[in-house]
Amino acid sequence: MTYILKGKNKEYELNIGLEIHCQIISDSKLFSQSSTKFGGLPNTHVSFLDSGFPGQLPRINKFCIEQAIKTGLGLNATINKKSVFDRKHYFYADLPTGYQITQQFHPIVSDGYLEILTDDGELKKIRIEKLHVEQDAGKLTHDLSPNKSMVDFNRAGVALMEIVSKPDIASPFEAGEYIKKMRALVRYLGTCDGNMDEGSMRCDINISLREKGSTTFGTRTETKNVNSVKFAIQAIEYEANRQLEILDEGGVIKQETRLFDANTGTTRSMRSKENAIDYRYFPDPDIMPLILEEGLVERIKASMPELPDQKRKRFIEEYQLSNYDADILTSEREIAEYFENALSFQKQKDGKMLSNWMQTELFALLNKENKDIKESPIAPQYLAELTDLIKDGTISGKIAKEVFKFMYEGEEKSPSKIVEEKGLKQVSDTGAIEKVIDEIIASSPENVSAYKAGKTAIFGWFVGQTLKAMKGQANPQIVNELLKKKLG
Amino acid sequence: MKLTDLTISQAKNLLDKKEISAVELTKEYIDNMEKFRFLNTYVTETPEIAIEQAKIADDNIAKDKARALEGIPMAIKDLFCTKGVRTTASSKMLENFVPQYESTVSQKLLDAGITMLGKTSMDEFAMGSTNLTSYFGEVKNPYKRNGEDLVPGGSSGGSASAVASGMAMAATGSDTGGSIRQPASFCGVVGIKPTYGRASRYGIVAFASSLDVPGVIARSVRDNALLLNVISGKDEMDPTTAPREVPDFTKVLGESIKGLKVGIPLEYKSDKLNPEVQKLWEQRSEDLQSLGAEIVDISLPLTKFSLPVYYIIAPAEASSNLARYDGVKYGYRTDKPFSSLDEMYELTRTEGFGAEVKKRLIIGSTILTEEFYEKSYLKALKTRRLICNDFDEAFKKVDVILTPSTTGPAFSKNDKLSPMDIYLNDIYTVGASLAGLPAMSIPVGYDKNNLPLGLQLIGKRFDEEMVFRFAHHIEDISKFDNTPSKVMGE
Repeated sequence: MTYILKGKNKEYELNIGLEIHCQIISDSKLFSQSSTKFGGLPNTHVSFLDSGFPGQLPRINKFCIEQAIKTGLGLNATINKKSVFDRKHYFYADLPTGYQITQQFHPIVSDGYLEILTDDGELKKIRIEKLHVEQDAGKLTHDLSPNKSMVDFNRAGVALMEIVSKPDIASPFEAGEYIKKMRALVRYLGTCDGNMDEGSMRCDINISLREKGSTTFGTRTETKNVNSVKFAIQAIEYEANRQLEILDEGGVIKQETRLFDANTGTTRSMRSKENAIDYRYFPDPDIMPLILEEGLVERIKASMPELPDQKRKRFIEEYQLSNYDADILTSEREIAEYFENALSFQKQKDGKMLSNWMQTELFALLNKENKDIKESPIAPQYLAELTDLIKDGTISGKIAKEVFKFMYEGEEKSPSKIVEEKGLKQVSDTGAIEKVIDEIIASSPENVSAYKAGKTAIFGWFVGQTLKAMKGQANPQIVNELLKKKLG
Repeated sequence: MKLTDLTISQAKNLLDKKEISAVELTKEYIDNMEKFRFLNTYVTETPEIAIEQAKIADDNIAKDKARALEGIPMAIKDLFCTKGVRTTASSKMLENFVPQYESTVSQKLLDAGITMLGKTSMDEFAMGSTNLTSYFGEVKNPYKRNGEDLVPGGSSGGSASAVASGMAMAATGSDTGGSIRQPASFCGVVGIKPTYGRASRYGIVAFASSLDVPGVIARSVRDNALLLNVISGKDEMDPTTAPREVPDFTKVLGESIKGLKVGIPLEYKSDKLNPEVQKLWEQRSEDLQSLGAEIVDISLPLTKFSLPVYYIIAPAEASSNLARYDGVKYGYRTDKPFSSLDEMYELTRTEGFGAEVKKRLIIGSTILTEEFYEKSYLKALKTRRLICNDFDEAFKKVDVILTPSTTGPAFSKNDKLSPMDIYLNDIYTVGASLAGLPAMSIPVGYDKNNLPLGLQLIGKRFDEEMVFRFAHHIEDISKFDNTPSKVMGE
């Protein structure tokens, strides 16, 4: 569904480009051996290099580079055999050398794409312009002393990947999907933990409005400091409408950098293009161009896990799932693992049934407690056991929901044992059911007559009475058949 | 003979034979350091450290466990970080900076058994060729011109002056555009800048990373070889060092140069060149010819661009490398009150850097702006590559290149020299810096005022051996007497 912004006179479409910064998972920093652990005491994970001491020289951490390559392969991108590190200069107290080492001109990864599912359920390719590797800065704190600011260099020099998309994203929804998809990808690959709360994934959003049907882009603004999917959607909606209002009034959009305020859900101007900082980029003379050794990319390729897209396609084919179900089940590596794990225990394979149980029952309870799938109190083999019990008629779907609750909350985890202990086994013994039906028919002759007189709607009442008398354990199908026979 | 008149190889011999002790040798130098303090060569003297090390050296010698430079008294240029000993780069900015790490080069020298006499003065942050820009005052050349004080050259002027005056048997230096070779030439001593990547830059306060090369200054070619043996080699801490075998550079000393080819670059024959230097240059060429070498005229067509290219690349890199001195983490911070971070930066950097440094930082910062980056910086990088190609072409025809080290002898700060005249001093040395080639200055004679003059030998990349081979013969022919007691008129 094309996202259209309706102005007073004109209609506009959105062009959104995202720059996502991902902290690379690595024990040590990009150019030093200091630890990258989150939450250490201030300035305890800092080497002389990290804090900008004279005579210290950067040494590339090969693992970080491999992580970037892995991510690049996951983005179906070109891995550049030669890339170059550049210095980006600005003065700030959290930047110990006065420059950030980044890859401005020759990034390690270029020209890739990420597929997202639009709100029409269609697959859409969002093109990736580049992925480059760079250093993070330290952290300033202003509220520890009335007249001093404190700096913590623990984060200074930690490796980041900046992933820059083309302005292919056309709606706030798509932006949200893109971020979620990127997060899933890097988590699948183990290249970033995707933890937006701790800042290991943050994004800057470029937004411009384009007259509907036109191929000319509008002037864009860049909104910085957006660190959740919800905020990204908020920021885009706010910024798109702000621009729309200006255009409606006949105004001109100023190219500028804006800051997102999570408290108000608005953006405000940070600096205009005229005040843009000249970063004085130039190739870092301390770091030789990075030339990838022969076979490295192939080696990494061979070690790649199955990616969300491949998995989704396989799930659809192998387990006859819908696009939607497959998308949800592959949205996180752990969910997919749970699903396939459970499936392997199922005696009567039914992916769709398992998927339904996961999505409607399991996720509902997990979400309520803010737990993720790894914390599920129900192990995959027991969920599989439960679906088997339904399939072989041991219990009805309704009883299964009850059993599920016991499994989730109780000590006993095996559904078979719960069914046994609680006597919830479905009665399929026709004799026992017949006996109950006979009693009901005998005790309500007026209803029998009414039914026979053509008031067939009353059939349901007989079913209900039978099931009730049997505490819901009677096999409903058999109850139906027997009742029909007896009532004639 | 005074002990401070010994060269390293002579001293080693006497130490090994236990005819002298490292302690007495070191003490003689400490005496000289006091006596000649008026030359202002040291920023920091470390006699206690030197004596302690000398005792250990004597111990090792007594146990016949002498290391390569056991007991050799040396000075370290104050650009090399020395653990626990303040390292200033001759700047107010680092006046009280005491590193907690040791530069690879000084570590290797310490591991080889030297005794460290102190840290020698230099042009501030190694920017200059006069040693007039040190925050700790001007350094003087031991040589005078009819009684008038002269500059020792720079930036390693303190090191050259210390070696020439007998205040150190040898010293480390660093060379970005001529900072070892030019002061060596001005002070009548021998200095080598090896190939870029031959010795580690780890722990050296950076000026221009793609040009900075650590090297040594001593009184003889052999001493240079002994020192280079120690400081060279691949270093994990400096990824720009080359994984090359380090030969024993003393092995080639004395080897014949018969049949080898010496290149004389046409473009280096300039009207700026002092005629006495010109004469010595021609004389030594003929001398080499008489030893069987072949003299070949070569062309380095882009020579005229080397200074402009150097003065684009070096300040650009410096403006970046020196951005870290901001008063936040270490070093100087303004005493004045400030109301914003930017104001703190401005005051700190205005007060902490000297005029020459600030000039180069402003030039460098401007060069890297979007406006000038492509038309100046990128062009300079391309031209640098072409200058390298010029040398590569020339080296297809010759084994070594012989040039003057400087346009003339040491000058006085009172000589009416414009900044351009002073920059021109680097004209013969910047080429090898831009191309990363090994180059050495050897004293070959005097001018009419009895001031030393030097010639430069440039070799192929990583072929310091060829440079040493020729240098040895030039030294042998020149018989330049740089005995410190004689230089100091004792």
